[in-house]
Amino acid sequence: MPVFYGTEVESPLMLGTALYPSPAIMAEAFRASRAGIATVSLRREGGAGQDFHALIKGLNIPVLPNTAGCHSVREAVTTAQMARELFGTPWIKLEVIRDDDTLCPDVIALVEAARILAEDGFQVFPYCTEDLSVCGRLLDAGCEVLMPWGAPIGSGRGLNNPYGLRSVRAHFPEVALVVDAGIGLPSHAAQAMELGYDAVLLNTAVAKAGDPVAMARAMALAIEAGQLAHAANPIEARDMAAPSTPLFGMAVLG
Amino acid sequence: MSEVSILGAGVMGLTIATELAARGLKPRLIDPAGKPGAHACSWRAGGMLAPWCEAESAEPVVVRLGIDAADWWQRNGAEVTHRGTLVLAPSRDRVDLDRFARMTKEHRLVSGEDISALEPELQGRFQRGLFFERESHLNPRAALQTLRDRLAERGIGIETEGTPSGLTVDARGLSAKDELSDLRGVRGEMLVLRCPEVTLTRTVRMLHPRIPLYIVPRGEGIYMIGATMLETGGKYRVTARSAVEMLSAAYTLHPGFAEAEILELGADARPAFPDNLPRLRRRGNTLYANGLYRHGYLLSPAVARMAADYITNGTRPEFMDEDHT
Repeated sequence: MPVFYGTEVESPLMLGTALYPSPAIMAEAFRASRAGIATVSLRREGGAGQDFHALIKGLNIPVLPNTAGCHSVREAVTTAQMARELFGTPWIKLEVIRDDDTLCPDVIALVEAARILAEDGFQVFPYCTEDLSVCGRLLDAGCEVLMPWGAPIGSGRGLNNPYGLRSVRAHFPEVALVVDAGIGLPSHAAQAMELGYDAVLLNTAVAKAGDPVAMARAMALAIEAGQLAHAANPIEARDMAAPSTPLFGMAVLG
Repeated sequence: MSEVSILGAGVMGLTIATELAARGLKPRLIDPAGKPGAHACSWRAGGMLAPWCEAESAEPVVVRLGIDAADWWQRNGAEVTHRGTLVLAPSRDRVDLDRFARMTKEHRLVSGEDISALEPELQGRFQRGLFFERESHLNPRAALQTLRDRLAERGIGIETEGTPSGLTVDARGLSAKDELSDLRGVRGEMLVLRCPEVTLTRTVRMLHPRIPLYIVPRGEGIYMIGATMLETGGKYRVTARSAVEMLSAAYTLHPGFAEAEILELGADARPAFPDNLPRLRRRGNTLYANGLYRHGYLLSPAVARMAADYITNGTRPEFMDEDHT
């Protein structure tokens, strides 16, 4: 199971807590998913949502607060500090957004915020792009986890750039890698795990499904399948057919 | 049942009082704030009686219990506008419209031409939408005042002080959190605009990945725009971000809203249980009626009926939650 900053979590599925029809359905989806980590947004929920935070603590799994909605280094750092106080964890999913329509990470500000937070003792989970130099800079800044996007947040498009994600895996074989955002279907999540990623972070695909609980279970199964498949050392794709039954020595029946 | 005292004269308390009065009871109605007003979150509601649209995010029971709401309000003197709901999305968010259609029933797909036939001022602005013809809306403040007036005619006034006697019906909304620990506030923000330049005759919902909003016409060029849904109880002021989002949604719907006067910016917290469904709960000599969430006007008639049936006949309500503490 994935290890983040020395802590092993119980499942490679990291599930968000936003957008569910009700907290009761959210809790049920978490049970069905057996997610290892719950992510929670601080900024839009404001500082006053104790009731909701109590519900999240009631899920009894590690919480990864995030800085969703932050547009600058300063905002992100302040939000991270609030999160640390509120949830009592050094973990922070760092999001610094450049553009509201694509929710594209502002990778320049991200690296700067990651450096400040890492120096301050945070264990940073940066939401980044699959750009190798950005990933390298984030590691230089003190991150021990990288979370490149599959596709823009909430778009459900799956892995837009499997080649890029594979490169990140290949370049940083020892770093804990998470595909964060863009997952729409269980097959997308399975694909991320097949690429050798340590975990998958998703929210909308479950919360906005017609039946969030059933989708949570489907994601869990797909992630387990992808994880097993990666560990099983899958065959390479090839252009020509390769008979699975040896032809030589077959009985001649005609 | 001899004596009943209702605490709280918001939408829950007034509908229960109305149902009890219809069964020949004369409940006491106690609210320290007096007549319905800004202290009640139902004061800031949209007043949509839109059970089918709500199915997009609510459980099927909300649709079932909400179907009769429009009739109930009309029967009890409220002016209900039966013009349906128009659901629209900017063309780039078309998939949100598809999802909305998939999650709901009782609608038909409308083209740009249909949309301009329904709301001529939206001509050329939207190419596709959903029309929920059977839905309606009311003016919440006028509706609450009507219930209050009708109760007053039957001799049931709102007492601002005094202790409850007999069976107590606690309909205090989020204020009952002191006794109902699983109740939480879900923050909502709304604004009221005056914009005589724009004429819309029915509720319009605008889908958007971040900020799905609705605009309800109140007549005479006045529009209510709502409402955000935030999992936090406090801070009873509208944030700049929410105001900007609501105003830009209005502007996206019709640029004429840029010229509107802002009459009111309001925020409050809706009382909700963890499943976002209402509950009746009996504890000793108190019956709690709460958890209407974002469905105050849609579900209060059904919950009030259940409460009144329980009080008068002992009928066990569908949403009953006994506490044996």
